[in-house]
Amino acid sequence: MLNDADLAALWLTFKIASLSTVIMLILGTPLAWWLTQTQSRWKGFCNALVAMPLVLPPTVLGFYLLILMGPNGVVGQLTETLGLGTLPFTFGGLIVASVLYSMPFVVQPLQASFSAIGRQPLEAAATLRASPLDTFFSVVLPLAKPGFLTATILGFAHTVGEFGVVLMVGGNIPGKTRVVSVQIYNHVEALEYPQAHWLAGGLMVFSFTVLVILYSVLKTKPSSQPFK
Amino acid sequence: MTIGAINARFYLNYGSFKLEADLSLPGSGISVLFGDSGSGKTSLLRCMAGLERPQHGFFSINGNIWQDSVKNFFLPTHQRSLGYVFQEANLFPHLSVRGNLQFGFKRIVNQFNPKQGLTKLAPFIHSRSQMVRQTNHERTQNTLRPELVEGRTQDLFKPVIALLGISHLLDRMPDRLSGGERQRVAIARALVLNPAILLMDEPLASLDSKRKQEVMPYLLKLQQEFNIPIVYVTHSRQEVMQLADYLVVLENGAVQASGSLPYMLTRLDLPLAQDKEAASVWQGKLTGYDKEFQLANVEFNGVSLSLPNIDATDGTQLRVQIHARDVSLTLVAPSQTSILNVLPATITGLADDHSGHTIVRLACGQETLLAHITRKSSQLLGLQQGKSVFAQIKGTSLLH
Repeated sequence: MLNDADLAALWLTFKIASLSTVIMLILGTPLAWWLTQTQSRWKGFCNALVAMPLVLPPTVLGFYLLILMGPNGVVGQLTETLGLGTLPFTFGGLIVASVLYSMPFVVQPLQASFSAIGRQPLEAAATLRASPLDTFFSVVLPLAKPGFLTATILGFAHTVGEFGVVLMVGGNIPGKTRVVSVQIYNHVEALEYPQAHWLAGGLMVFSFTVLVILYSVLKTKPSSQPFK
Repeated sequence: MTIGAINARFYLNYGSFKLEADLSLPGSGISVLFGDSGSGKTSLLRCMAGLERPQHGFFSINGNIWQDSVKNFFLPTHQRSLGYVFQEANLFPHLSVRGNLQFGFKRIVNQFNPKQGLTKLAPFIHSRSQMVRQTNHERTQNTLRPELVEGRTQDLFKPVIALLGISHLLDRMPDRLSGGERQRVAIARALVLNPAILLMDEPLASLDSKRKQEVMPYLLKLQQEFNIPIVYVTHSRQEVMQLADYLVVLENGAVQASGSLPYMLTRLDLPLAQDKEAASVWQGKLTGYDKEFQLANVEFNGVSLSLPNIDATDGTQLRVQIHARDVSLTLVAPSQTSILNVLPATITGLADDHSGHTIVRLACGQETLLAHITRKSSQLLGLQQGKSVFAQIKGTSLLH
């Protein structure tokens, strides 16, 4: 069964994934909304930037983050002058890396559901005295509910599963940066296959359950129907 | 240009499409913007609402300016006292009918006065706010106490719901409504705001003919019971005939002509009078009913007609359509004819439709009548302007 190190890794993973998901939703919502509404020429650039983690090998992203956040990196120097120390091999560093790495899995479903709303409900709200901000909260958010559900689940699940970035930025410090995926790797390296099975199998069941719930909920939601 | 209650000047250039309009509309009744698709009628309506922001534009209603590009002034849509009915009902799918009706109405009550910038925060602050609340419209006019605004708007809820016959639908979600019901809710949603103007963009176009007939009476009642000027966009002649008091004809993004409906229908230089369906519309009052022959006597401006199949009481206002093809002309009063309505008339204009017909415009009393006759008949009778003739009206149709 699971030993203390496994449980510590699970708990750490859960903390990182939850916190990252909350941060991604807070940052990703305005970003996704801006991307669907703007006609700025920076739109393509920003879209590409957000989508980068989808195509990059995680080790590449991790490598550059390590350098940037390290003592000689721009971000590292900034955090040091702020008295925060450097971020690599810390919980904070893992959060930053996770947020950047999983951002497209939050932004893209949000963007899709925001665009699906179309401009008609927004115009209707404007003719009914709702300011743009008011419209966002009273019309866009409720109508984009399925998008938020997808974004939350994908963002969370993807953070749980990351490996390359974690290894680069966080290393393998028990209780501090050793997450489940790294722990599985350790078990396999040590030829502790039964231990690896418990964790890996557990993650598989978790992911599958999450997706089953996601798809069944989305199917029954009336607000996922096209706007009429 | 005459100064009307509603003044609109817009210049909109989207490259492939241009809108250039300068018109003034009366401050009451239904003004119809009529034209084919691509004529710019919807764009013009959207400019009035502020949903489109033209490069150059001016819009004022009853002295309140909503846009003046010369002064770089543009009041955003949500601060304009308007109601807008879209072609598709455009109800919020996440709200019940009641929720949809309350959406705008709540915000009017909640908006409060002091600084424009603060209105943005209104949805977050309103519950704690004890400040004076005002509607947009009143903000520019006078100050009302919150209870009065609330009372007044509350008062509107019941009559609007009753007028549109939607009281049994209040707890339904929009996807449980028929097309006609949805459109009636959309109209009610705009109307409860008691707006300074009601803008309607082809509200019947997405409905089949049966549903159209279902909604049409509500539009007429609405006009009679609420004295809100309506600007109504349509490409349907039938809707023009039934609804319009004032008509604006648009073509290729420009105003071709505008004026009162009876005047516009009988202008010989417009395609309306040359169309096969050309007709004049008279508005009159029922003054008597002959039970034996089941004929109603309807009084118009200086002329009266006997009309069959009218089920209405004395004094009822009626709108009657007389097709130009149903009017024939004689030089002497026919003594023995099956045609009941023979009116002395004076020719006030003649035009050729280039397909063998002559369009004759006639003055009957103070009403204007159109007749389509063959060019040959016109020549045989020696018709010319100023000549006195008799118009035989073979048939009429009651519009409402």
